[in-house]
Amino acid sequence: MVVARKDRDPPWLMRTYSGHSSAKASNALYRTNLAKGQTGLSVAFDLPTQTGYDADSPLARGEVGKVGVPISHIEDMDQLFDQIPLDKMNTSMTINATAAWLLSLYIGLAQRRGIDPTKLSGTTQNDIVKEYLSRGTYIYPPGPSMRLIADTINYTVKHVPKWNPTNVCSYHLQEAGATPVQELAYALCTAMAVLDRVKASGEIPPAEFPQVVERISFFVNAGIRFVEECCKLRAFGEMWDALTLTRYQVEDPKLRRFRYGVQVNSLGLTEPQPENNVQRIVLEMLAVVLSKRARARAIQLPAWNEAMGLPRPWDQQWALRMQQVMAFETDLLEYADILDGSPVIAAKVSELIEGARKEIENVEAQGGIIAAIESGYIKRELVASHMNRLRAIESGDLKIIGVNCFQETAESPLTAGGGDAIMKSDETAERMQIERLQAHRKTRNDAEVRAALQGLTDAAKSGENIMPSSIRCALAGVSTGEWGDSLRAVFGEFRPPTGIDITIDSREVLGKKDQVTDLRERVASTGNALGRPLKLLVGKPGLDGHSNGAEQVAVKARDVGFEVVYDGIRLTPQQIAQAAQEEGVHVVGLSILSGSHMELVESVLQELRSRDLTGLPVVAGGIIPQEDADRLVGLGVRAVYTPKDFNLNAIMGDIVDVVRESNGLERLGALH
Amino acid sequence: MWSVNPTALSGLAPCIDREMTHVKLPDPERLAARILRRERAAVADGLNLLDNKLAEARDRAVRLLACLSGERWLKDGHLVGVTGPPGAGKSSLVSAMIREWRHAGRMVGVLAVDPSSRPELGGGALLGDRIRIKNSSYDDGLFIRSLANRNQLGGVATEVWPMSCLMLACFDIVVIETVGVGQTEIDIADIGDTVCYVAQPASGDTIQYLKSGIIEIPDIFAVNKCDLGPPARKTASEIGRSAPRQDRREDWDYPVCLVSATMNTGIKEFHDHFDRHRKFLADTGLLGKLRTRHQSAWVIRLLKEEFGTIGLELAGGRASIEARLGEDPSDQFGEYERLRKHLLSRFLSVNQPTNPTKEEHPDEQAIV
Ligand code: B12
Ligand SMILES: Nc1nc2c(ncn2[C@@H]2O[C@H](COP(=O)(O)OP(=O)(O)OP(=O)(O)O)[C@@H](O)[C@H]2O)c(=O)[nH]1
Ligand SMILES: [Mg+2]
Repeated sequence: MVVARKDRDPPWLMRTYSGHSSAKASNALYRTNLAKGQTGLSVAFDLPTQTGYDADSPLARGEVGKVGVPISHIEDMDQLFDQIPLDKMNTSMTINATAAWLLSLYIGLAQRRGIDPTKLSGTTQNDIVKEYLSRGTYIYPPGPSMRLIADTINYTVKHVPKWNPTNVCSYHLQEAGATPVQELAYALCTAMAVLDRVKASGEIPPAEFPQVVERISFFVNAGIRFVEECCKLRAFGEMWDALTLTRYQVEDPKLRRFRYGVQVNSLGLTEPQPENNVQRIVLEMLAVVLSKRARARAIQLPAWNEAMGLPRPWDQQWALRMQQVMAFETDLLEYADILDGSPVIAAKVSELIEGARKEIENVEAQGGIIAAIESGYIKRELVASHMNRLRAIESGDLKIIGVNCFQETAESPLTAGGGDAIMKSDETAERMQIERLQAHRKTRNDAEVRAALQGLTDAAKSGENIMPSSIRCALAGVSTGEWGDSLRAVFGEFRPPTGIDITIDSREVLGKKDQVTDLRERVASTGNALGRPLKLLVGKPGLDGHSNGAEQVAVKARDVGFEVVYDGIRLTPQQIAQAAQEEGVHVVGLSILSGSHMELVESVLQELRSRDLTGLPVVAGGIIPQEDADRLVGLGVRAVYTPKDFNLNAIMGDIVDVVRESNGLERLGALH
Repeated sequence: MWSVNPTALSGLAPCIDREMTHVKLPDPERLAARILRRERAAVADGLNLLDNKLAEARDRAVRLLACLSGERWLKDGHLVGVTGPPGAGKSSLVSAMIREWRHAGRMVGVLAVDPSSRPELGGGALLGDRIRIKNSSYDDGLFIRSLANRNQLGGVATEVWPMSCLMLACFDIVVIETVGVGQTEIDIADIGDTVCYVAQPASGDTIQYLKSGIIEIPDIFAVNKCDLGPPARKTASEIGRSAPRQDRREDWDYPVCLVSATMNTGIKEFHDHFDRHRKFLADTGLLGKLRTRHQSAWVIRLLKEEFGTIGLELAGGRASIEARLGEDPSDQFGEYERLRKHLLSRFLSVNQPTNPTKEEHPDEQAIV
């Protein structure tokens, strides 16, 4: 019998990204997960918490407790970590614009429980750059946002030394279409912007700066091209080592190590034949464990039903078991680096490094990553990369098993239950959270709350570190919305460029010339028949930040001749209906992936009705289960598209037909 | 041989839809009454009608505009044109100005023009100004319509002319934002009572533009992004030094403002210049003349765009057209439609060119 060697390497931290409905329900889930052998916690917050709104804010409607746990004040935090020892737990929080606040709640809770904050360990994601570029839960303009990040770093380095105050993220860039080179370049540019900001704050004596550098960790992605991805991670390590030495003079190599956690690629996980996602996930995980020198510190994996909706506990357990099999059954952890010395790997690594260096120079020449975000440059690059990816899928050059090839399948027992293969969020969660919040407001000492908020405002204005006043707010029972609004009043708000104004090279279109030219003719001719060019409004109602679908629909629509209005993410149904009216569009397309499609689509339809726009056709797309799609059609939505509708040309043909039908023209049917 | 821009003769281009739809078109007289009551839905419907190129829609558009014009036409409201290179901050500045106007309780209508892609690339457009201009979540006193320039020359779409007239009937201020323009390909002189050029700090474009000599000098200059420091100040002083032009008016001072849309610096003073210029035009009696002249310029530009120079000649030549338009300044749309139909009939039949006179105008019913 062969047994595992005793002196094998310790495995990475195994996490499951989770949280839903309420602090109480999420706490129960965490405790079962820990009992199953999970070694750290990874908290998913709901969108109102991530964007600094209270559960009873009109902007939070439909989103409370949907994609994560709602945390409105310190009592929620207490409940979330009920019976979980904070000093022994490693807690990762996916929180960004409100990171300083959630960290303050965590520190405040520790203080209340008599735990020394120096014992706390964990991570706040706290990377605003990728929020502007991909993830969408930004609030404040770049300047103040970078300052909040610097404040948390400066504070934790002194007072919570085991905390990773920021996690520079390239994960989300790949999910928005980035190539490996773009991922490398933009993540390193972000890290430089953060470190430069901390350095400029002058709060850290130069001798201690290497410790700050050491605290910077990364959150990366690994896609299905796992050899290249493995090389990307080796490239990351080499580039970080060089950069921290030359740019920040960190002499100790241990402090220059590239420390990273991973979530593997989810963009490539499919709705059709979802069981295939299991092998995709395992192969993607290989990329980040294979090379010992570039191995992940922490891994969380998506579930097989990723493209269908939120995972259930069993789905997440399956994902956790993938990690455990890799770590404990295989012999992977018994060897030194198995890729060292391979010329093929070394060549690929150099190629990636060279590409990334060029792009970093390019961004630096534009004034750094913040300038390149404000100008829209980086967002446009990402939208263009994603467009190329989708075109390759459409044309069949990029094969996706079960989607654009090998589509035939026997009936799957996994999905035989229809809509039952995903987690249903608790319908009562929003109401319960609002009641809890309103009760909480009655129990606190108002004078203390006011004083704490005044302290926060003063700190925001004076430039003093935001953490002490935020911790005081936490202890006084201030709510997430109050914290967010106080800073909104001082810092203002920001909407980054949408990046869809990319130049489309006509030659690129030649791959599908027949369909695109056919579409252009249909769009033009329908416009002629109606008297003016077809105009489409692409709308993203609610707090949902998933912009990929909306962006690609907008880009394609323009490409085939539509005049397109797209104002970016996070608009209210009222704003969308108003835009539809003022712009005189022929059709409204809504994109919703947050699970709040029923509430949001209904409100948009109602807002349109109240503006005499009953006849204006509305279509919707996103993560919408079949039964909900049927209900939406019942409400008057003309068509619903989901990830299985990967062919954007086909979608466009259909939208032209929707417009034609609503205007008394006959449908033209499928494209040839 | 003369040639006709085939896409301009709408409905005649080869298309799948040979028969036209029964597009529901509003009753122009009733719509006008609602527009004058400032009903948003009516304003939207009106703009849609003015955008519509179907023959029936054109007729109704003329009727709609006839109802909306009148005395007010030549003396009320303020039509503001904003132009400048791409990304200079035109929309952001308009947004900052809207805050001021709205604060003073004035209703604002905006027409924002963006470029279309080339016809061989489908001719589509991304209309992206709206979100930069809009600053509050809901405001009944602000109405924004985005337009694609549909590959027409100049930084504005031809639809801007009738649409801005409609908006003047129901908003106190009407702003036209042109596409971001490079140097000379734009003719902005005719777009508004007050024309503002937004300069990008430290860009050679601005100076080139000033030297180009193609356009009349804008009435107000803004050098935006002054938060970026020295480059903005340098650009402002370069503009200040640029040579005075022959068409420069002695009695207007052509102010150059250093502003920052994002930091809201200098906006109040900038805003005051617009009111001052509007007052200047009214006091000197220029406003009515300017608007009449702009209207004629639009008619000529539109006819020329659709029918070329030869078309203008067929219609009697520039001078004669201008003279006729001058007769009834409140019916320029009617006059334009008549000229256009006349030319269409000439171009579609193989007739000998003759000089049309008013009496000779063909019966409207008889044409397409
Ligand atoms: C990429 C991705 C992200 C990226 C988004 C990047 C970006 N800028 O878009 C990142 C990493 C940032 C992200 C973050 C989050 N995500 Co996410 N994400 C995805 C993922 C993997 C793919 C979505 C995607 O972009 N697909 C590619 C595009 C092209 O496809 P699409 O949007 O589906 O559009 C197609 C059709 O749906 C349709 N369509 C869509 N919209 C429209 C509109 C019109 C007009 C038309 C005609 C058609 C149409 O046409 C398109 C062409 O095929 C999905 C799972 C999956 N595999 O689908 C999860 C998923 C959507 N995410 C999810 C969650 C929960 C989140 C988070 C909220 C997690 C958290 N708690 O923090 C965060 C926060 C995001 C936020 N601010 O809202 C959940 C949503 C659960 C639900 N609905 O119940 C999903 C389903 C994953 C899961 N199973 O848990 N995510
Ligand atoms: N630093 C600074 N940036 C500004 C200022 N005003 C606008 N911007 C930025 O400049 C960019 C372009 O602003 P817009 O208002 O869209 O410019 P525009 O001239 O309307 O652009 P187009 O319509 O695309 O030609 C945006 O990123 C703005 O945030 C300013 O006063 N200072
Ligand atoms: Mg603009």
